[in-house]
Amino acid sequence: MNEVIKSILSAQFFYSVLRVTTPVLFAALGALLSDVAGVINIALEGLMLMSAFWGVMVSAWTGSAWIGLLAGVASAVLLSLALAYFHLNLKTDLILAGIALNMFASGSTVFLLYLFSGDKGSSSSVKSYVLPNVDIPGIKNIPILGDILSGHHVLTYIAFLSVFVVQYLIYKTPLGLRMRAVGENPNAAQSVGISVKRIKYTSLVLSGLMAGLGGAFLSMGYVSWFARDMTNGRGFIGLAAQALGGKSAYGSMWGALLFGAAEATSYTLQAIRIPSEFTNMLPFIFTIIALIIYARAKIMQIKKIREKQTSHEEVGL
Amino acid sequence: MKAVQMINIVKVYPNGIVANNGVNFEVEVGEIHSLVGENGAGKTTLMKILFGIEQPTQGEIRIFEKPVHISSPHDAIKLGIGMVHQHFMLVPSLTVAENIVLGMEPTKAWGTTIDMDRAVEMVNEVAEKYGLPVPAKEVVLDLPVGIKQRIEILKALIRGAKILILDEPTAVLTPQETEELFVALKNLAKKGMTIIFISHKLNEVKEISDRITVLRDGKTMGTYRVEDVTEEEISRLMVGRDVELVIDRPPAKPGRVVLQVKDLSYYREDGVRVLKGVSFSLRSGEILGVAGVEGNGQRELVEILTGLRFGATGSIVLNGEEVLGLTAYDLRRKKVAHIPEDRIEKGAAVKASIAENLISDRYYKRPFSGRLVLFPKKVIEFAKKAIKMFSIKTDSPLTEVGMLSGGNMQKVVVAREFTSGADLLVADQPTRGIDVGSTEFVRKKIIEVRDSGVAVLLVSADLQEILQLSDRIIVMYKGEIVGYFDKNEGLTEEDLGYYMLGVKRHDPDRVKEAALL
Repeated sequence: MNEVIKSILSAQFFYSVLRVTTPVLFAALGALLSDVAGVINIALEGLMLMSAFWGVMVSAWTGSAWIGLLAGVASAVLLSLALAYFHLNLKTDLILAGIALNMFASGSTVFLLYLFSGDKGSSSSVKSYVLPNVDIPGIKNIPILGDILSGHHVLTYIAFLSVFVVQYLIYKTPLGLRMRAVGENPNAAQSVGISVKRIKYTSLVLSGLMAGLGGAFLSMGYVSWFARDMTNGRGFIGLAAQALGGKSAYGSMWGALLFGAAEATSYTLQAIRIPSEFTNMLPFIFTIIALIIYARAKIMQIKKIREKQTSHEEVGL
Repeated sequence: MKAVQMINIVKVYPNGIVANNGVNFEVEVGEIHSLVGENGAGKTTLMKILFGIEQPTQGEIRIFEKPVHISSPHDAIKLGIGMVHQHFMLVPSLTVAENIVLGMEPTKAWGTTIDMDRAVEMVNEVAEKYGLPVPAKEVVLDLPVGIKQRIEILKALIRGAKILILDEPTAVLTPQETEELFVALKNLAKKGMTIIFISHKLNEVKEISDRITVLRDGKTMGTYRVEDVTEEEISRLMVGRDVELVIDRPPAKPGRVVLQVKDLSYYREDGVRVLKGVSFSLRSGEILGVAGVEGNGQRELVEILTGLRFGATGSIVLNGEEVLGLTAYDLRRKKVAHIPEDRIEKGAAVKASIAENLISDRYYKRPFSGRLVLFPKKVIEFAKKAIKMFSIKTDSPLTEVGMLSGGNMQKVVVAREFTSGADLLVADQPTRGIDVGSTEFVRKKIIEVRDSGVAVLLVSADLQEILQLSDRIIVMYKGEIVGYFDKNEGLTEEDLGYYMLGVKRHDPDRVKEAALL
């Protein structure tokens, strides 16, 4: 038991929390950007997978990790545009279209992987490149804090910076105001001449951008290859993290960190030979517990309001 | 100078319905011009065409005497046309200023950031210029309806509207709020604004307009100066026959107590207490009117009484039996009938036929059903009878209810509820949004069932309806009964308005009389 606590309280553990949070955080921000405009982007999982695949492939072909990143993100944005086209132009059901795209991403990446590398499982035979880790001067040398915060993958920093950018975008810019209006009452937006379709397209593109960054992180940072279905539910967990956090980027971040912590814990426990079948459950058990706590807190809040009102009235009488 | 000229407008919808069949409509600059007609007469379509939401099949539109082509609301706004919709087009979680500047936000920092201070300033400027003050920094959600409407008007004005279309703006207002609106509108007209006013309420049309255009069956019946026509003449032009605007109501002969509601309280899901110790009684053969601005607990009261909402405390005794917490199914078996506020969502299954809708509360009973299968012949037979009795306009009992006009759809609901043999009828906004002819019909039927010994609870936002039909009246404000009137003779809409706004209230002893104890 001592061993567990020791490994969880180490700087290394917190470092790994930030690392494993990164893809979920990107996904959560992607979910948020489409959710405020009233579109549930269920295809996040597939978008991430697509980006992870093309990132690896293009970086191998061009010899540049950065061009790989660009290609990965572009593929996710394109797929997101496809979702927007199906939903907004062809009027298909958003959820069904999203599920179809997820299946398409899963199947097509395996197919193309086999075509390009002759392997159906992973791209380990392909020589691809990863994006660099970055040391932050100054913070790097602070004991413990430096170990936790410095030396992360460049996309990890971008993820956490994105939290502020997304929050600003949604709550301070004209585009954000329009997205919120479209999400809450599309008729109101339309009545003042805002094109609801265009705003929804924009928010899905931004959502795809975030998912693309998250996917690229998985195959060009977290590990250095592509493996079939390597997103492993992170897109969906991102949706859950956003749902926990409400309509704020900070909320989404805390949600993502919660899952990150759960995942990091499960890795730590694996290291001390607790069966992985058990530890793999942990992030999901955390989800359920978090949702219960959240729901209970909300119920308590309502109860309090009721009590307050009742006592008010009694005083009034 | 003419602000609007719509010449020979024809609109045929893809499903073949001819909504406008050669309509001519002209409005002078600076006048308040009312557009009246029954539901389905083509008013809404005509205004949708003017605001660019629909395209005319044929015809010409001129704005300020220039021929124009309006292909979207965006075009309409650019031409100086603004529309205040019946259902507010507001985003509840945004502030007043954010709602008003939406789509034309002032920015700073090279267009990346909304300049909120400037937005508030802009709003206050227009608000002051036109005498329509609003709390610019507050969130819209909890503001009173009258203010929300002002926000809608400001939304149009700030975009440079010169022509303002108001679609049934008074439907949701109290008499006092209506009065304020009229003052504001007259003010706007004086400043050169052109106002097109759509309404069902003829007394209001008479009060506010300079001229009136009447539509019937997609055609213009004529344009009149307001002083040249009476309300009776307008309604005859609208309906095509004489309409009784005042319904003859013989005195009630109340019998035994059917419904006894005691101390009913209810908290909504969000923790707000929407009913606070409501008590009243209802006897057979009388109509109890429930007046109040929408959102003061009436909806919850109705839903609790009809078994659609659970979790209330207190007591509801129906025919001597406690029924609080029973489901709609159980309550219907205990002889409760319910005309819901929303006929499309709750009152009828729009994809089902008239006949199916008519038996939807009794399909499992004889003579319509045996143990296993329905008896279609009996169903059709009954439907034909009901269609005749309630003069529902249709060629077949198998017509989809969704194909009927609002008035006829409501007649189907009314036919079902009035033939169920109920002891208690809960009628929630029974004539909302239906034409004058159908309204007259439904109101007469309500009086008829009362006289046959049914206890009627009438909830309505239409004060004229409350005053015309009710034998006793309670007024609800913030979940409480704040006013109780034993008989409504001599009572005016204004009197009720004060109680609805919470300005006046009866003392608790008087309110207790509603329970007849």
